Amino acid sequence: MSALDVLRFAASALRGHGLRTVLSMLGVAIGVAAVIMLTALGEGARRYVTDQFASLGTNLLIVVPGRTETTGGMPGFGGTPNDLTIDDAVAVLRRVRQIRALSPVAMGNETVSFGERSRQVAILGATAEMLEVRDLSMRSGRFLPTGDWDRGTSVAVLGPKSARELFPGIEPVGQVLRIGEFRMRVIGVMAQRGVAIGVDFDDVVIVPVATAMRLFNRTSLFRLLVSVRVYTEIEAAELMIGEVLRDRHDGDEDFTIVTQDAVASAFSQIFAALTAAVVGIAAISLTVAGIGIMNVMLVSVSERTHEIGLLKAIGAHPRQILAAFLVESIMLSAAGGAVGLLTGWLAIEALLAAYPGFSAAPPAWAVAAAAGVSLGVGAIFGVLPARHATRLDPIAALRG
Amino acid sequence: MIQLRDIWRTYDVGGRPLHALREVDETLVDAEHVAVMGPSGSGKSTLLNLIGCLDRPTRGSYQLDGREVGDLDESELAEIRRHHIGFIFQSFHLVARLDAVANVELPMVFAGVARRERRDRAQRALAVVNMADRADHRPDQLSGGERQRVAIARATAMGPKVLLADEPTGNLDSRSGRQVLELLDELCAGGMTLIVVTHDPNVARRADRVITLVDGRIVSRIRGDDLGEVNPYIAFAENAQDAQAAENAENAENAEHVQGDESAEPPESAEATENARDSGQIEEVAETGAAEKGARA
Repeated sequence: MSALDVLRFAASALRGHGLRTVLSMLGVAIGVAAVIMLTALGEGARRYVTDQFASLGTNLLIVVPGRTETTGGMPGFGGTPNDLTIDDAVAVLRRVRQIRALSPVAMGNETVSFGERSRQVAILGATAEMLEVRDLSMRSGRFLPTGDWDRGTSVAVLGPKSARELFPGIEPVGQVLRIGEFRMRVIGVMAQRGVAIGVDFDDVVIVPVATAMRLFNRTSLFRLLVSVRVYTEIEAAELMIGEVLRDRHDGDEDFTIVTQDAVASAFSQIFAALTAAVVGIAAISLTVAGIGIMNVMLVSVSERTHEIGLLKAIGAHPRQILAAFLVESIMLSAAGGAVGLLTGWLAIEALLAAYPGFSAAPPAWAVAAAAGVSLGVGAIFGVLPARHATRLDPIAALRG
Repeated sequence: MIQLRDIWRTYDVGGRPLHALREVDETLVDAEHVAVMGPSGSGKSTLLNLIGCLDRPTRGSYQLDGREVGDLDESELAEIRRHHIGFIFQSFHLVARLDAVANVELPMVFAGVARRERRDRAQRALAVVNMADRADHRPDQLSGGERQRVAIARATAMGPKVLLADEPTGNLDSRSGRQVLELLDELCAGGMTLIVVTHDPNVARRADRVITLVDGRIVSRIRGDDLGEVNPYIAFAENAQDAQAAENAENAENAEHVQGDESAEPPESAEATENARDSGQIEEVAETGAAEKGARA
């Protein structure tokens, strides 16, 4: 009996029960399609975040007040024994020679209004160096003025979205708006930038850091953004910054230095965990599908006892009967897998068509695993029914 | 040539031995036509399955063309069934989803005959049974007689030496039955050994020899021509049936008690027996009963 004959025989059996075949295929198809779609989304999200970090430049260091033992994550929202001050920032800038640019950052939310229009916007306190550190570019006007960080002038730079919302149809540069109780003159509007590490640079108002601290009545900075001259000097810079700050804080390690890599890898880990969860769910759904196939095959065997008895009577070898039934269940699950792969792929294509900016592709391992598992499901869950078939007593099977 | 020497076939039923065949000695020469008769449960089917290598004797020697079947393993038995034995069943056992020619091809598929060749051979086998023009019909599009002819084509497609038929006309009207029997006669005349299990004296009469089994034992061997209007089998059968009916009634009663239904009325029990005798399932009960009786004797 050739392999082709086995396939043909199994296919004819599957065609004999069209509806049942389709329904049990559906189980596998859904499982596989889910794996493909969910891993593609996870991978897309991971890529998106990674790209965001890459766009920041990899030679960025972030100093956050407060101590965290863990690396990565988003520390700095806990209590802080010592403030991270503008003086600290100045000292770091002076003493760490690897630094190319440094900007202290203060942050908060405040209502910004112009005339009748008002809007709750993230307020970023920064300095002129922010432009270089975050590689920002201007659409019109200019960025914050250089000079003494302690001087809080009443000027503001708008993100493009904030500008659009607050000044519809009006050139914002030169206008005066209110941030809380303070009046500020708009001196510039930034070009489109997008979200980067939790800050939407499109919908933001940037003011001098001293102004922001007064605005929010804070003594501590939100963080220091440091860009080093060369990527290879990041570690040295990190050590030096630590030394300077410990010096100034009576030897306390009450701050955390986060490197770009640590943040990126933390995100990576989060997405890896998400993917693992998705894979786990998919594994469960494929197991359920496999049991469905086993059930269908068992029904098929008990329905076809006469046929199996006949096959034995006409001299079919037990191995051939085993092969026929095993191939049948593998075909069933493989066909389901193929349908699932196709469905998943179509769904992703549809998603990409709907959101052109999002790049989602199932990782190769997920496609391979889904295809492999769908074959494996048929093989594993087909063994029991197939063995049932071969062990059938031909005499009993033919009776009646 | 089929040689059976002191064949016993014993089943274990609930820890007790049940002798479906005992002391069967028989020799069938090539191209012989033998009918096997006997009441239900007398071991006819067991004998047929044994000769057909679907089963092995518990004791004794079965030689098919000089090969000892009892010594063969599962795959060697399959090999023998494939090349030397053709089965014909009362209920045809055609595969419903396959058309006639594909059904005839089936043994050749498992024997590994190439696709083109097996199609040719299947067509020829169908032509022999006069079904060539219905090759592409599925079983549900064929009459009973036509189905049985397709089944015969399938049984002979591999060119077996032994053809085993279990009540081949049991589900057919008399006209299709006669056609099928004539077909079997022709095949036998062509050199195949034909063994037909039947209840029908009109079928048995066509055979060279008629073997009668009762309780797993061969009780008579006569020439087919001698199977007249009155024959020993009928007498045996009637006695045996009566004995079994009594046994069945007893069994049914026991069964009622086992179920714990103390309130069961005797008439109900008798009715159950009546029903039971009608249904084919009870063949086994009868077999058990017969064997028990034998064991006691």
